[in-house]
Amino acid sequence: MRDFGWGDTLFLIGAVRWTLLLSFVAFVGGSLGGLAVALCRTGRIRVLRWLAAGFITLFQGTPLLMQLFLAFFVPGILGFDVDPWAAAAIGLSLHAAAFLGEIWRGAIEVVPRGQWEASTALGLRYAAQMRYVVLPQAVRIAVPPTVGFLVQLIKATSLASIIGFVELTRAAQIVNNATFQPFTVFGLVALIYFIICWPLSLYSRRMEQRLLVASR
Amino acid sequence: MSYEFEFGDVLGAWDELLHGALNTLWLSALAMLIGLVVAILGAFGKTSGPRWLRVLIDAYIEVIRNTPFLIQIFVVFFGLPSLGIRLEADQAALLALVINVGAYATEIMRAGIESIGKGQIEAGKSLGLTPLQIFRYVVLKPAIQAIYPALTSQFILLMLNTSVCSAIAASELTAAANDIQSRTFRSFEVYFVVTVIYFALSLLFWGLFRVIERTLLRQPARR
Repeated sequence: MRDFGWGDTLFLIGAVRWTLLLSFVAFVGGSLGGLAVALCRTGRIRVLRWLAAGFITLFQGTPLLMQLFLAFFVPGILGFDVDPWAAAAIGLSLHAAAFLGEIWRGAIEVVPRGQWEASTALGLRYAAQMRYVVLPQAVRIAVPPTVGFLVQLIKATSLASIIGFVELTRAAQIVNNATFQPFTVFGLVALIYFIICWPLSLYSRRMEQRLLVASR
Repeated sequence: MSYEFEFGDVLGAWDELLHGALNTLWLSALAMLIGLVVAILGAFGKTSGPRWLRVLIDAYIEVIRNTPFLIQIFVVFFGLPSLGIRLEADQAALLALVINVGAYATEIMRAGIESIGKGQIEAGKSLGLTPLQIFRYVVLKPAIQAIYPALTSQFILLMLNTSVCSAIAASELTAAANDIQSRTFRSFEVYFVVTVIYFALSLLFWGLFRVIERTLLRQPARR
């Protein structure tokens, strides 16, 4: 046992980059997946609509921790070896795809039907309608809840520590095991998460207020 | 595929899984009930309390909503003993869940209260009701109807979140899964079965809450 010192603080701050990197990878992966899910969910092909709805329900109805465990063990069954980093990135990406897909489905559906009809009347096909008419309007609506979900995702990366990926939370456990000053260590780590997440939360709320005012 | 599935050992431990699932339900229900009390007090304080109390409640909500639950549970379980408060894993899990869901539910309640028109509250005042009576009769009941959907999805989030309590080995479904896994080494099978159980519970509550909404909480037709 030793005292909690500057070295430990720097070690924790250094671990922040893994939390941020994992959040970034999961957000990018989740955005690509989420866009596909949202398009399938709002599209005209019934099978795809059902598949997307089932995907969303499945991921919203099971604990993230189980999703991460399965992301860790399923590739092994299929004959691929994954390390905790890959498992966490895959699990969190799928998780994010489901939640972002549902958020963006809502944003797409809020765009008035008249916009679809007008663009059909102008002779636009589905891809062009989405690209030039619907998505630009949906994006404005989607920004506040998307940033809100990003906060959830950053917090969710802490669960990667349970499957053994060394990010901020796992680093905190390591430091705590060496120094045994849990209140200081976990308090400091809570503060670090707060410093990352709070500005995003405030930004999300400010954008939401602005949209509310604009739609009045 | 070379992997051979072996569900026998896992399904053989069905009594442990059942016990774990019941513990998960009990933990979730208890945390939600106490969390709702916290939320009602918090929402009352935030809408009608003095300024210092409002600032305090705001700080509580922001801190809880912007830090991971896993860290919160670590602070409660590992941190509080250094302040002289020593809790069993189950007690620490319950306390952390209450603190967590209390913050989210306070925000939901506040939004519900603010959805009640100012005119309603002024009407209550002019009838000579005390602030507590206004809160109880004029604000709370319609607010509950307004917040029901958000609160019920919060409950399902809470139930899924209890799996994180396995990190301090509180007795619930995921911890039961970890026990079975460490004994049988059938990792995939254990976590697959447990995921199915969680999913079934979610579907059950989604259905149940929808039935309740359609029967008990029907909004009276506006005239």
